[in-house]
Amino acid sequence: MATSAPSKDRNLLAVIGDEDTITGLLLAGIGQVTPDQKKNFFVVEAKTEAHVIEGVFGEFTKREDIAILLINQYVAEKIRPTVDKYQQAFPALLEIPSKDHPYDPSKDSILKRVRKLFGE
Amino acid sequence: MSGTGPRESIFPTRMALTNTKTRLKGAQTGHSLLAKKRDALTTRFRAILRKVDEAKRKMGRVMQLASFSLAEVAYATGDIAYLVQEQAKSASFKVKAKQENVSGVVLPAFEVDRVPGTDFNLTGLGRGGQQVLRSKEVYAKAVETLVELASLQTAFMILDEVIRATNRRVNAIEHVVIPRLDNTIKYIMSELDEMDREEFFRLKKVQGKKKRDADAAEAKRKADLAEQGADPDSVPLPVEPELADDGEAANLLSSKDNDVIF
Repeated sequence: MATSAPSKDRNLLAVIGDEDTITGLLLAGIGQVTPDQKKNFFVVEAKTEAHVIEGVFGEFTKREDIAILLINQYVAEKIRPTVDKYQQAFPALLEIPSKDHPYDPSKDSILKRVRKLFGE
Repeated sequence: MSGTGPRESIFPTRMALTNTKTRLKGAQTGHSLLAKKRDALTTRFRAILRKVDEAKRKMGRVMQLASFSLAEVAYATGDIAYLVQEQAKSASFKVKAKQENVSGVVLPAFEVDRVPGTDFNLTGLGRGGQQVLRSKEVYAKAVETLVELASLQTAFMILDEVIRATNRRVNAIEHVVIPRLDNTIKYIMSELDEMDREEFFRLKKVQGKKKRDADAAEAKRKADLAEQGADPDSVPLPVEPELADDGEAANLLSSKDNDVIF
């Protein structure tokens, strides 16, 4: 439960999402590929399986240099149990909508926790 | 009258009583301070919560806009997905974490840190280059919103944890520590009272015995004198309880001592 401060090197955003989302975000300039071919983005296609996504999710959350992890909401749906169990403060997990799946507040795991807290 | 329920095992002396009373006072002060802290944090928490909700909806709209601009690019230039992925080498968009202190809790906040000049040159995207640039800007704005949202969200989660912990401490003090100290104080006071009663009883008993001894000695003296044929009343009594101040050990009890309250 270490809610310690982020280290100085946490400065990247990472993305797990569909191609269009990735393209747009990379266009903005958040993409990074390290010399050893480690990327901070992962393209999810229709046929990508849940355990592959879970693997990438685990990898990104363990990396020390990622501050914010963006994930498409429908992708988060595929690995909902893993996402719901995620309690770390860093990297910050953010569910974003995709082109085909607009944002649905009722499925967001963070808001779900909040609602549980307040009993609405 | 002794404290029921758990209490500390402590030797009941007056000093222990004072110590325990001081601790109880400390615990009560601590309790009210923590309750105040918890209330302040909860207010801040609700405020952040509202902001988070708003920000998420705003983000929904912003991302929608950004997707449209990307669609425009695709229309004008064709699919640039592969190109963009290939060209991503070093992130020009980073975040800096800075600490904020909110009523005693250190919260991190993310700040957008754009590294200029490392933007890939958009070679191969000549036609419709303007659209691409525009889309880039829209997405950059979107990411800024996302970063803000992420800051709020982390603050929110950390505050949540801290509020829970503080609440636990408040409850612990209220339901465990203070009752224990109360019980300890009651126990010590009842033990002290008991000791006082015993002391009183003991003194009374000794006093009674002394009195009996004195009476027995007096009777014996009278008997001796009668035997010798003298008049018992003419010989001065060596001991007169009310007038004694000759310091004999037997008279300690009859001399008036201000400390003794009976």
